[in-house]
Amino acid sequence: MITAKIKGQPEALEAVIIRFVGDSGDGMQLTGTQFSDTSAMFGNDIATFPNYPSEIRAPQGSLYGVSGFQVHIGSVEISTPGDEVDLLVAMNPAGLKTNLHAVKPGHTIIVDTDSFTKKNLEKAQYETNPLEDNSLENYRVIEVSMTSLTKESLKGVEGLDNKSITRSKNMFALGMVYWMYDRSTEHTEDFFNKKFKSKPNVIEANTRVLKAGFNYANTLELIPNSYTISPAKMAPGTYRIIMGNTATAWGFLAAAEKSGLELFLGSYPITPATDILHELVKHKHFGVKAFQAEDEIAGIASAIGASFAGDLAITTTSGPGLALKGEALGLAMMIELPLVVVNVQRGGPSTGLPTKTEQSDLLQAMYGRNGESPVIVIAASTPADCFDFAFEASKLALEHMTPVILLTDGYIANGSAPWKIHSVDDMPEIKNNLVNEVKENWHPYNRNEDTLARNWAIPGTPGLEHRVGGLEKDSVTGNVSYVPENHEYMTKIRAEKIKRVQNYIPDVEVEFAQTGDLLVIGWGGTYGSLHSAVKQINKEGYDKIGFAHFNYINPLPKNTRQVLARFKKVVVCELNNGQFSKVLSNNFNGCEFIQFNKIQGLPFGNTELIEKFKQLVQ
Amino acid sequence: METAEKKYTFKDFTSDQEVRWCPGCDDYVILRSMQKALPDMGVKREDVVFISGIGCSSRFPYYMNTYGMHSIHGRAPGIASGVKLANPDLSVWIITGDGDAMAIGGNHFIHVLRRNIDLNIVLFNNEIYGLTKGQFSPTSLVGQKTKSSPYGNIQQPFSPGELAMGAQARFFARIGGNNPKDMTNIFIESHKFKGTSLIEVLQNCVIFNDGCFKSVTDKTVKEDQQIYLEHGKPMIFGKERNKGLILNGLKLEVVTIGENGITQEDLLVHNAKEQDPTLHQMLIRLQYPVATGVIRSFDDITLEERMDDVTKQVKANSNFKKTDDLFFSGETYEVK
Ligand SMILES: Cc1ncc(C[n+]2csc(CCOP(=O)(O)OP(=O)(O)O)c2C)c(N)n1
Ligand code: SF4
Ligand SMILES: [Mg+2]
Repeated sequence: MITAKIKGQPEALEAVIIRFVGDSGDGMQLTGTQFSDTSAMFGNDIATFPNYPSEIRAPQGSLYGVSGFQVHIGSVEISTPGDEVDLLVAMNPAGLKTNLHAVKPGHTIIVDTDSFTKKNLEKAQYETNPLEDNSLENYRVIEVSMTSLTKESLKGVEGLDNKSITRSKNMFALGMVYWMYDRSTEHTEDFFNKKFKSKPNVIEANTRVLKAGFNYANTLELIPNSYTISPAKMAPGTYRIIMGNTATAWGFLAAAEKSGLELFLGSYPITPATDILHELVKHKHFGVKAFQAEDEIAGIASAIGASFAGDLAITTTSGPGLALKGEALGLAMMIELPLVVVNVQRGGPSTGLPTKTEQSDLLQAMYGRNGESPVIVIAASTPADCFDFAFEASKLALEHMTPVILLTDGYIANGSAPWKIHSVDDMPEIKNNLVNEVKENWHPYNRNEDTLARNWAIPGTPGLEHRVGGLEKDSVTGNVSYVPENHEYMTKIRAEKIKRVQNYIPDVEVEFAQTGDLLVIGWGGTYGSLHSAVKQINKEGYDKIGFAHFNYINPLPKNTRQVLARFKKVVVCELNNGQFSKVLSNNFNGCEFIQFNKIQGLPFGNTELIEKFKQLVQ
Repeated sequence: METAEKKYTFKDFTSDQEVRWCPGCDDYVILRSMQKALPDMGVKREDVVFISGIGCSSRFPYYMNTYGMHSIHGRAPGIASGVKLANPDLSVWIITGDGDAMAIGGNHFIHVLRRNIDLNIVLFNNEIYGLTKGQFSPTSLVGQKTKSSPYGNIQQPFSPGELAMGAQARFFARIGGNNPKDMTNIFIESHKFKGTSLIEVLQNCVIFNDGCFKSVTDKTVKEDQQIYLEHGKPMIFGKERNKGLILNGLKLEVVTIGENGITQEDLLVHNAKEQDPTLHQMLIRLQYPVATGVIRSFDDITLEERMDDVTKQVKANSNFKKTDDLFFSGETYEVK
């Protein structure tokens, strides 16, 4: 019944990548989350990435119904979920088929043999059973009758139907993996106790199966317990595991508290941005006003109204939704109100690849409006720093009286990582441009001399009644004006206002080589992939390669040109057809930007990056 | 909403901007009626906000000395909803045209009505696109010749009132654009009403659709062609005040007092506050006489009241007072 075909011994690693795959109903997300949380609490650095099927209820056992969860844990700094995996746990043939390509040759695959039935093999389009036809010879395959063992371990537990019994086999797999990596089952047991408080038999069942898997791996000693990944060196503090979208939502909560304003969200559901809405609707205890509107246009419109009335107003969406918001965003820019628009980018154009990641909305964010319509554009780079950039977007919007577009993407939005919790007390001050005193010659378009931000007089303030609108404004009174020179002047003022934001944002930093042969440039959600690739190649002795990652796109950091000049070659890596490279070319003529583009709905892989960099410095 | 201590006059609500509508346009009447109604609403000037879309009608906020926003075509309901949810103490008005509300903004129009936020919508219905110089609108009649229908309009129109009822409107009023007295009162009623109110003004566009409501609103025929409804009063109309409405089977019927033994007691009494919209709908559809006044005014819970209830409950049951309470809650761990 139990066989283990061991081909070679696994090496000891400072980091390990594990992928759990199975049918949508197999509970892979939960299994993966439990393993990563336990590892994080043990002190490992982690990065995770869930991969759901795009169908809500794909047929059982089908290739497109496979759900996966990848986690990268390490005793060293981990910046991506990784590409090739050291261990694949496949709960069914479809999972094996669709994920085998990601397993490093010679590495381990655990399968539930019970699920390799004729029917399931057919559904996975296997002509012969891969467990029997030697096609897995290059891997170390551990065959376990997980379903039967799960059933056995649950004998005697009352009140469980067949379905819930088979369903808990994911805990058997989790138990095994815990033993393999020397992790305790304690955290997951606590989780059961809390989650199923009122159902003692469910707690008992899950705990039993978890332990059965753990003991199975232990007593039969089929699997050498050789991977021991010690805690990583991380800055001391209190941590939690956070998903990018949650971090974004929390950044706004923090900004509202810091600025003393109420938070208003106007939004319409769209993958992969919806979780920000899901998160913020929960937080009525902080007075959050979350409004699910009839469409994206009403979503941004309500946010503009709330901003006019003095709230910290945001709207959240993904690519197609940003397209719909374009006209209203132009209005917000014209009437110079603070507003944050979050675009969690997905594969485009049109409906594109809704569940996949891409960075192809950069030019839409920059230019996707009628007329001369500059706004601030910034981008977050990791699941955890979504918090910082949501906070920063709010701060910039309020201090500069302008819409800010915050770009994240499906990869960092759904990925999770340890976050050193930021107390609001430690966050920077947020000023605002509210006015409430009636002064002589007051006009709504009076500007702050430094930032050029106009002042913010909100309804309810006596004596400051005024009208704003999408028609061009007289630069002094704010009344409608069709005067040609005034229009040109106002257009330039609005552009200058955004340009001056340069004085308030940090310089772009260069990591690794500070001058040399090659500067690797990235922006937004590719930070993790690029950082680890450049780090690795430097370790290999290529020490003339530097890395500059941009979070501020419009305006660009002041020192950008100077950084570019320090390297012989510059390669811009992005998940699109070269959009940031266009932005840079526009700004810095005379510089040559080599492009490295990937447009597959997937993040960069480590190997492809390293190959490219090597080729460029050869 | 706090009430104003100061007594205003219409001048306090008049801005310094030159009004730019065509001479003779009913929009002037609407503007003046609003400026006259506001002092009687007892609301502070700084608490009044006008949000408009795009169209001739939507220039309105510029002429009001209150807070205001001339926004984008069709989107005023969303913006106004945001203003009101951000600050429920404000008196928020949406100014819109037939195209603005029912063509480009149709989606927002029905949803704002369904939600019942305490907003007031003034719909300037001139059955034409005025600002873009005379194309047919969603309320233009079949056969109507316009710049974009030189051989006559072939699209079936909406009736704003019926559309509104389909969208669960709680308050609907209709008034002729040449009737400032009743219009002023209706604005005041609308302000008092807690919930979304919709006022359809039959507005003459002297340039592109002159006389479109003449057969109903003209001074000479108005009393015979309109029935001005008032809550609790019999449905009576006519120059002689001898005509009225009764229910005959499933139809409204016009009767004459004194004929066939009909007395005033036989007439229907208007109940604007009735929840069941059946009769209101029949009144809205009536071609002769055309129903004006407050046709429906059903008091219902508003969205902001519901929002407030939930927020209070959540706050009372939550341990989260500051964001730190949330951030440090649940599964955290220490790195030393
Ligand atoms: C997005 C957009 N599309 C089209 C227009 C052009 N436009 C301006 S007003 C208008 C129609 C207005 O008609 P209505 O709402 O009936 O207002 P009225 O001028 O009759 O008061 C149109 C089509 C616009 N301003 N914006
Ligand atoms: S075009 Fe018609 S609606 Fe517009 S201002 Fe002139 S008369 Fe009034
Ligand atoms: Mg019109």
